[in-house]
Amino acid sequence: MLRRQVIARARAACRAPAAARSFSDKPLDVPPPVSDAFKDKFKQVAPNLQFPKFPSQFMKPRPAVPGTLPTKLTVNFVLPYKTELDAKEVDMIIVPATTGQMGILPGHVPTIAELKPGIMSVHEGSEVTQYFVSGGFAFVHPNSVADVTVVDAYPLDVFDPEEVRKGLAEFNAKSSTASTDAEKAEAQIGIQVHSALLSSLGLS
Amino acid sequence: MASSSARNGVSRLSHLLSKAAPVAAPSLQSPSWQCPGLAPGELAPFGTRMASSQIVRNRMKSVKSIQKITKAMKMVAASKLRGVQTKTENSRGFWQPFVALMGDHPDIDTKKNIVLTISSDRGLCGGINSTVVKLSKGIFKLLESEEPTKYIVIGEKGKMSMIADEILKNVEFEAIRMVYNKFASVVSFIPAVATIMAPELIAKESEAGGKLAQLESYEIEGGDSKAEVLQNLSEFQFAAMLFSASLENACSEQGARMSAMDSSTRNASEMLEKLTQKYNRSRQASITTELIEIISGAAALEAAS
Repeated sequence: MLRRQVIARARAACRAPAAARSFSDKPLDVPPPVSDAFKDKFKQVAPNLQFPKFPSQFMKPRPAVPGTLPTKLTVNFVLPYKTELDAKEVDMIIVPATTGQMGILPGHVPTIAELKPGIMSVHEGSEVTQYFVSGGFAFVHPNSVADVTVVDAYPLDVFDPEEVRKGLAEFNAKSSTASTDAEKAEAQIGIQVHSALLSSLGLS
Repeated sequence: MASSSARNGVSRLSHLLSKAAPVAAPSLQSPSWQCPGLAPGELAPFGTRMASSQIVRNRMKSVKSIQKITKAMKMVAASKLRGVQTKTENSRGFWQPFVALMGDHPDIDTKKNIVLTISSDRGLCGGINSTVVKLSKGIFKLLESEEPTKYIVIGEKGKMSMIADEILKNVEFEAIRMVYNKFASVVSFIPAVATIMAPELIAKESEAGGKLAQLESYEIEGGDSKAEVLQNLSEFQFAAMLFSASLENACSEQGARMSAMDSSTRNASEMLEKLTQKYNRSRQASITTELIEIISGAAALEAAS
């Protein structure tokens, strides 16, 4: 009897860290973002089904719009395979919008900006972190939260200038031999990214 | 002695039978469940118990090999899950900015609809495919309008990017409802519906002050026109959502397969236990009967002499 209790306790102890480790973000108690009519109709057409959840119910809650101008900008910098900055408070970011480099400070007017390949820098006091991003979108919300979603990004110091030059030459060659529209577009994108990268590295 | 004769009882009996009943011609091949050497339809005088123990033994063998397979599948699913789980966790930030920007409007009123169902590539993974299919049917009925709603089902390897392209280019839509299983834990997944709106709908709703009225306050930078940026934005959102939903679904698939295979392994071992018991019992019974036969025969001989 005692032995069984000891085993049970040991098992519980083993299980506890596993449960804590579980990363699953349990749906918070957010009501579904639908009207009652929608719910009723769902019940009518599918009486035996559990009502589904919606992405907004899994989302991290966002801060409300503050009354006064905040001193810091909250940045979410996300990639498909990684969250680089998660609600980090910084002084300023500069993003490579298609219309030119765009600085974002706290209290920036709400904006949707398309990004081109280029340098994104994050300013935090006197510290500046630079990333090369491959294009995507940046949203600035009224609550001084900036979301930067890009397909890929790396810190600037991991690039090898030789490889970049080689890549640019390759895509230039491809561009001249491309026959279909898709191939041409692909080569064009390659040239764009590589030449932006070269100029970011200060080499062109 | 008795047990060894019981073990090769079938061959011994067939030898006896071929003498006693030479009618058992090759053309009258008995079905496998019958005692070998018996004509079909004929009552088996002896040997039935041997045959039945043979059947049980075969059954045990097949259950054992099925158990091995399910166990291996469970192991494979467990190791795959570990990789996919990390990837899924890391991808969870990617779609959130879009929902933060445009909100989540599954009940938006649209005419041209697409229901995009994300299912798994392979079977034997519990109930995840039936959940999404049932839910898609429900959503399909829910969206009924003058224009027919279209179904697109994803569930074959490596066609994800092609499908995204295909949809964006060739299918006219106002909104896509993406049905997938969100991974919650190894043993549970949550059916979920994500909504992606076409750029025209986004523009219409924000200008008319509909559900996306707050979008009107945003300044739009880049591109030649607002429509172009919205087009890119909507496509990017679709890709991000599809990426994340298929990862979530793959993760749920491995989790569901793991628990399904675990329970079938357990079922197989239970069944094996029962079959072993049955087999041993019938073997014991046949040995006992044979002993009784021998003893009573000896007793009868003794009485005669």
